[in-house]
Amino acid sequence: MEFEAVVGMEVHVEINSKSKVFCGCSADFHAGPNTNVCPVCLGMPGVLPVLNVDMVNKSVAVGLALNCAISRWSKLDRKNYFYPDMAKNYQISQYDLPLCQNGWIEIDLDGQTKRIGITRAHIEEDTARNTHTIAGNQSGVDFNRSGVALLEIVTEPDIRSAKEAFAYLTALKQLLQYLDVSDCNMEEGSLRAEANISVRPVGQEQFGTKTEVKNVASFSGVFKAIEFEIARHIKLINSGGKVVQETRGWDADRGITVPQRLKESAHDYRYFPEPDLVPIVVDEAWEQRIRESLPELPAARRSRMGTQYGLSAYDANVITLSQDTANYYERVVAVGADAKKAANWLMGELQALLSAAKQEITDCRVTPADLAALIGLIDSGAINGKMAKDIIAEMFETGKAPQDIVKEQGLSQITDTGAIEDIIRKVLADNPAQVGQFRSGKEQVFGFLVGQVMRATQGKANPALLNDLLRRELSRQEN
Amino acid sequence: MSKITKQDVEYVAGLAQLRLDEAAKERLVREMGDILAYMDQLNELDTSNVEPMMHAMEMTNVFRQDVVKPSLPREEALMNAPVHDGEYFIVPRILEGDAS
Amino acid sequence: MTTPLYKKTVREIRDAVRSGALTAVEVTEAHLARIADVDPKVDAFTQIWTDEALAQAAAVDAKVKQGIDPGPLAGVPVGVKELICTRTGKTTCASKILENFRSPYDATIIQKLDAAGAVFLGKVNMDEFAMGSSTERSTIKTTKNPWNLKCVPGGSSGGSAAAISADECAIALGSDTGGSIRQPAALCGCVGIKPTYGRVSRFGLVAFASSLDQIGPLTKNVEDAALSLNTLCGRDPRDATSADLPVPDFTKALTGDVKGLRIGLPKEYFTEALNAEMREKVEAAVDVFKSGGAEIVPVSLPHTDYAIATYYIICTAEASANLARFDGVRYGYRNPAAKTVEEMYVLSKSEAFGPEVRRRIMLGTYVLSSGYYDAYYLKAQKVRRLIKKDFDDAFEKCDFVMGPTSPIPTFEFGAKTENPLEMYLADIYTISVNLATLPGISIPCGLTASGLPAGLQLIGRPFGEETLLRAAHCYEQTSGTTLGDPPIA
Ligand SMILES: [Mg+2]
Ligand SMILES: [Zn+2]
Repeated sequence: MEFEAVVGMEVHVEINSKSKVFCGCSADFHAGPNTNVCPVCLGMPGVLPVLNVDMVNKSVAVGLALNCAISRWSKLDRKNYFYPDMAKNYQISQYDLPLCQNGWIEIDLDGQTKRIGITRAHIEEDTARNTHTIAGNQSGVDFNRSGVALLEIVTEPDIRSAKEAFAYLTALKQLLQYLDVSDCNMEEGSLRAEANISVRPVGQEQFGTKTEVKNVASFSGVFKAIEFEIARHIKLINSGGKVVQETRGWDADRGITVPQRLKESAHDYRYFPEPDLVPIVVDEAWEQRIRESLPELPAARRSRMGTQYGLSAYDANVITLSQDTANYYERVVAVGADAKKAANWLMGELQALLSAAKQEITDCRVTPADLAALIGLIDSGAINGKMAKDIIAEMFETGKAPQDIVKEQGLSQITDTGAIEDIIRKVLADNPAQVGQFRSGKEQVFGFLVGQVMRATQGKANPALLNDLLRRELSRQEN
Repeated sequence: MSKITKQDVEYVAGLAQLRLDEAAKERLVREMGDILAYMDQLNELDTSNVEPMMHAMEMTNVFRQDVVKPSLPREEALMNAPVHDGEYFIVPRILEGDAS
Repeated sequence: MTTPLYKKTVREIRDAVRSGALTAVEVTEAHLARIADVDPKVDAFTQIWTDEALAQAAAVDAKVKQGIDPGPLAGVPVGVKELICTRTGKTTCASKILENFRSPYDATIIQKLDAAGAVFLGKVNMDEFAMGSSTERSTIKTTKNPWNLKCVPGGSSGGSAAAISADECAIALGSDTGGSIRQPAALCGCVGIKPTYGRVSRFGLVAFASSLDQIGPLTKNVEDAALSLNTLCGRDPRDATSADLPVPDFTKALTGDVKGLRIGLPKEYFTEALNAEMREKVEAAVDVFKSGGAEIVPVSLPHTDYAIATYYIICTAEASANLARFDGVRYGYRNPAAKTVEEMYVLSKSEAFGPEVRRRIMLGTYVLSSGYYDAYYLKAQKVRRLIKKDFDDAFEKCDFVMGPTSPIPTFEFGAKTENPLEMYLADIYTISVNLATLPGISIPCGLTASGLPAGLQLIGRPFGEETLLRAAHCYEQTSGTTLGDPPIA
């Protein structure tokens, strides 16, 4: 029997407000343990939450970018459960009236797009962090993260494979970064993904029994965990077994999911409206203000830049993956560089240098103007491509302008016909055997001869000119 | 006949993280049963067209600005903790999936 | 003739201290001496802050000397209910679970009173987590009614009411979730006002039921209540449910007359449930208002009988969440034998919460649990709306509603602890006011034949405290029913 997977994702995103969602503590939870805490986020007796308006603004922005309807009227609720990282033993969240509902996002699957439905995006608060490194049979709890603004984004069960889940996370992260609402660092937990996975025979409408996978710390982990679960479900069913509805944790070291033991009452959260907070009313004017402040979003930018600069779909995709790269690219082109060449240099040499140095484009010492200047030097024939590769490495290292490097190192290209002709004659004289082979029709030898001339000029010859002159000299000598 | 069984009392005690001895369970079956039966008089009222009063105040949109305020000195944050090590609140070892 | 200092009202004390006729230290010492004298019998105070109080008083006196405004409550001695957070002393909620809890912050009202020049004498007793109507549920001590030491002071602010009645302080802070200011005020013969929900910041009030709780003062007379409200009320940016309304000078409302006021008497408040003697007192009070020129109009609050069921669903549900934080992690009692997280929870909670608190947590958890939310919690929220609407309708016909505060006078210890439901029924006149978020004041309206105080309750429109104070003050001035001193000391 052939099976199809049905996957829905729940992603928790830490919103980058400066202060926490219900108190004025700094949201920086990497500070020394229990230093960014106050009576409110410690859940002390008598305290009350007050909602950070920045969280509402950013949540609405995400909602709009995800094509959601923004609730005119929504409220916060208490979700009750006990856990040592919960300051109040209830989490302030949103239950039946989330701020954002019924949206979608487009994901890219090898050039094909697919729409993933967004069920909801709602406001909640993060929990404290436990550390298990405490001696003895004990854990330590650090409440710095308690009360950090958290947006939970839930999809429809529209995802059909691990690959689609990966593409969804990629698209979502890209969107969130464009909106500048989160640093989306999965290792540090500012973006956390859970997947609900089930399988069903192809053609069957009804969903199979689902399992929920938690504790995944990377996109590739999500990919592997979903692949593992799908295979596990199919194997179970094929061998006459049954999938048990349960929560499973991803064990990255062993590459498997393992059941987490939970009490049967674990999901009886006893939600009820948070009496300490008043409803949130986002009227049309407020929504419109946020809509107008949205940046150009990935899909729009991709298509605009493709058309405007004549980029291939692939190039446009890669360049707009990050807003910073796209901005960089547009600055290079804005100062006059050829659009196609700029794309090649950015995605090729510069990206290679950045990756090797583990740097972000925003930290790059090669300014857009300098990259444009480098391309200009090539276009004008002042340097050749080979020289340019060395020059950009130097620019990357030192931050110097390409013109200065050319000047300092006397790197300008030899465009003096007479000088090149002298060298060509010398090379032909030194390699009579190869010249003979060329004359007998071995065209490949031409490349060898070009290389010899280039080497003799220490790479400074203008390649097009060299080609021209070499051919002319070979045919002249033949006659 | 009581509104509530011993199993109900045990389930609710589990949710509330309370431990009850047999006598307490039996007493609660009786007392909660009486009180819940009393509460059932609300069913005499037709409330099908009544909006629930979800909030005591008829206010909306009360916010704070995103401004960082001083936090507590760590000594004060920890001073009431039954067990701490000067940096962390210390609890019995937390096992994955301990959430209940 | 000199009245002892401890008998002086808020108005008298602050006028004398501000003018330099008395020092705050003298006033504080007099009250500390009074506490030393009578509190061994009354047991209202749970903590006495002698040094801190004298230091606060000295600071007030220093301001007076230097010509700096010492504030509108300069030198006024205050008792603080055990569930209001103070950096000074402990905040125990009269529970074993918080017996050593030291709040790292002051409640907003504590900051406000401090800035107004008030002097905190210490903390006063209550039912554990404010769950009770007799203060018998305190784990600290048993507070007695100064009018009869064999009887309860009412609750949950029983310590506050007893302290005022025994002249141990001039303002006692209480909190009122279902009558916890007004009922003990009635049973101890003092004035107690529960302001409109949202009038006074709840920041620093340990929550029992968040949508019902409200802080208010207990005082010797109505003018003192007005003076207290001047300082206590107002929007607090730390409380999202506090009303953004200007705070009037409440003493300006005390005109001394009730001419033209329309007083609604709900027929549902005068049934067999009402003790005959209490009915007689209230009816006598009605005559006083009538002869003062007020108009009496019959009104109906048809959902009165459903208030107790509604109230106990909502307050226990909210309490079950509010009290979940007492888990022994960050503060509070932790059973030292706990080896696992779950043991830490269950052993600590089961041991350190009293039976009434545990019962309410169980009830509240039940009414919110899967399958019961709609039948209980949602239903109660709907009936709460109907109860509020009853009052809205009544206020079409009258300016305030009047009736008894409690159906019965104080009772002997142990008389009602056996049957929780019976104890709940004693709150019948007060809890609707919390459900409808309205202001309510209880003032003394005479003594029963056996010398026990009776209380008259006035219930106002939302934010209609001024009308209540005006009417209550006029009654106080014109009724001629002074209770005299309780038979202690
Ligand atoms: Mg969540
Ligand atoms: Zn905080």
